[in-house]
Amino acid sequence: MAHDESIAERVNRLELPFNEFGVDPYGISKKHLVLAGSALAFLYRYYFRVRCFGIEHVPPRGRTMLVGNHSGGYAVDGAMLITSMFLEMNPPRLAQGMAEKFMNRFPVASLWTSRTGQFTGLPEHAHRLLEDDRLLMVFPEGARGTAKLYRERYSLVDFGTGFIRLALQTRTPIVPVGILGGGTAVPTVANLYKLGRLVGVPYIPVTPYLLPLPLPAPVELHYGAPITFSGTGDEDDDVIAGYVEQVKSRIAELIEQGRAQRTRRLGA
Amino acid sequence: MRVLILGIAGGIARKLATRLLDAGHEVLGIDVRPWSAAPKGIEFHRVDVRKRAAEDVFRRRRPEAVVHMATVTALSVSGGERGRINLDGTKAVFDHCRDYGVKQALFIGRHTFYGAAPDSPLYHSEDEPPRALEKVPELADLVAADLYAATALWRMPELTTAVLRFVYTLGAPGTGTLASFLRGRRVPMVLGYDPLFHVMQEEDVVTAIQLALEKRIRGIFNVAGPPPMPFSVIIRETGRTPVPLPTPLLARLLGRFGFPRLSQGTLSHIKYPIVVDNRRFREATGFQYANDEGRILRIFREASPPPGSQG
Repeated sequence: MAHDESIAERVNRLELPFNEFGVDPYGISKKHLVLAGSALAFLYRYYFRVRCFGIEHVPPRGRTMLVGNHSGGYAVDGAMLITSMFLEMNPPRLAQGMAEKFMNRFPVASLWTSRTGQFTGLPEHAHRLLEDDRLLMVFPEGARGTAKLYRERYSLVDFGTGFIRLALQTRTPIVPVGILGGGTAVPTVANLYKLGRLVGVPYIPVTPYLLPLPLPAPVELHYGAPITFSGTGDEDDDVIAGYVEQVKSRIAELIEQGRAQRTRRLGA
Repeated sequence: MRVLILGIAGGIARKLATRLLDAGHEVLGIDVRPWSAAPKGIEFHRVDVRKRAAEDVFRRRRPEAVVHMATVTALSVSGGERGRINLDGTKAVFDHCRDYGVKQALFIGRHTFYGAAPDSPLYHSEDEPPRALEKVPELADLVAADLYAATALWRMPELTTAVLRFVYTLGAPGTGTLASFLRGRRVPMVLGYDPLFHVMQEEDVVTAIQLALEKRIRGIFNVAGPPPMPFSVIIRETGRTPVPLPTPLLARLLGRFGFPRLSQGTLSHIKYPIVVDNRRFREATGFQYANDEGRILRIFREASPPPGSQG
């Protein structure tokens, strides 16, 4: 981890076309990245004590899709994944996520997600970002993935298939990521769907201590070797489903590998 | 080429007329507004585009190309009259083009066509339908005029039609929708939002129209200059002070206490971005902007310093 370099210096080293006002063509702003990066770096280093494995599998530049599993309540996993790309890559890379549509309807959330490069999950956004050789972060489990309860934290729910068609259309390598710890950080025991709908979000997670604030549980990120599929994106559903299954089982392997490594470490 | 410009007394249309004249074209124009200082060589007719006298200009002068800039923006004219100018005027223009053998027509539209909505893609492509119209009924007649102009692509295959959807203009002399919103020292924003704004310098708008004419492009095209900027950057860099206010309070203050006038519906235009993908136009014409973000804002700041400043 580059402790000797300031967050502002790392933001300056991001290979994005910032203009003289420190803003890129998507509205991503250096000022907002420094503020968000500082807060996230603190959480990454001292609160979740993130350990990152296999980061050398992520290409230093060019279009790439990071595909990971969701674990726990809300997007602690996504935030730590973005932070790992920013703090551990050399040069740093900005992972751009596909946020849930409801985010953009809220003041402040709308502003911060877009200024830090996290756009509404629309195929048009994903397509354009990859064509611009950006680093796209995808959680194909969607909101069903974050709704997993504590006891389901290492399981995977059904994956969407859009990400595979997108990878084929844009000839993008997929880097699978297994994420451990999010489910322990936000140990969800129930989800309040009706209350969530009332305030305009998919659900509100409930923890044993009621408030959905994350606990300082250690988080691990396991990056796997890139997977490249060849095709046009117009393949039949069963072909696409086979590719999805390959990515899903690779992520499941990374999670299991991570759990085994952790058990060994704790036993040692 | 003999070019007829409808709405020629407008700021950008005048610049276009002069530029085309200098490039060796024969230029004539129609407007209900006066243009007393029209340069020699530009034939100016002060008539309403919907009236018989305008048709006479088509009949007598037989233009080869028509640039239709005689639409009005949302707030400068009241509802019914605006609809008549934008819709009936556009219909009359295309009818005359068909009846008097015009070969090429350019409809100058606006990127607000797409609407501002929280679930829209950031970069709009030409194939997208307009959205959020129910929130801004004032824009409906401009959208309808744009769509009507586009029907000429299949209704009149002999006419080379291009619909150009331009982003906001900003520069000298400081006119236009965005410029009028920025006219005060303090500029309101919606608290918690800071949308991207796509702006273009007026000289670049003229260049784009001239290229569209000379390259004889056909179809629907978004036209933009440099990449978009956050609204707060535009406000600050033009010497103004942003005043973020909660939506309900802002809705009550608009048009009062020195704040600009804006309809309730168009508040969404300062909450959500309207940004366009202009790759199709660039590929068709080779257009490149001459004024980048910084220069656009500096030109506007110098031409329209905030009230009470030393300039």
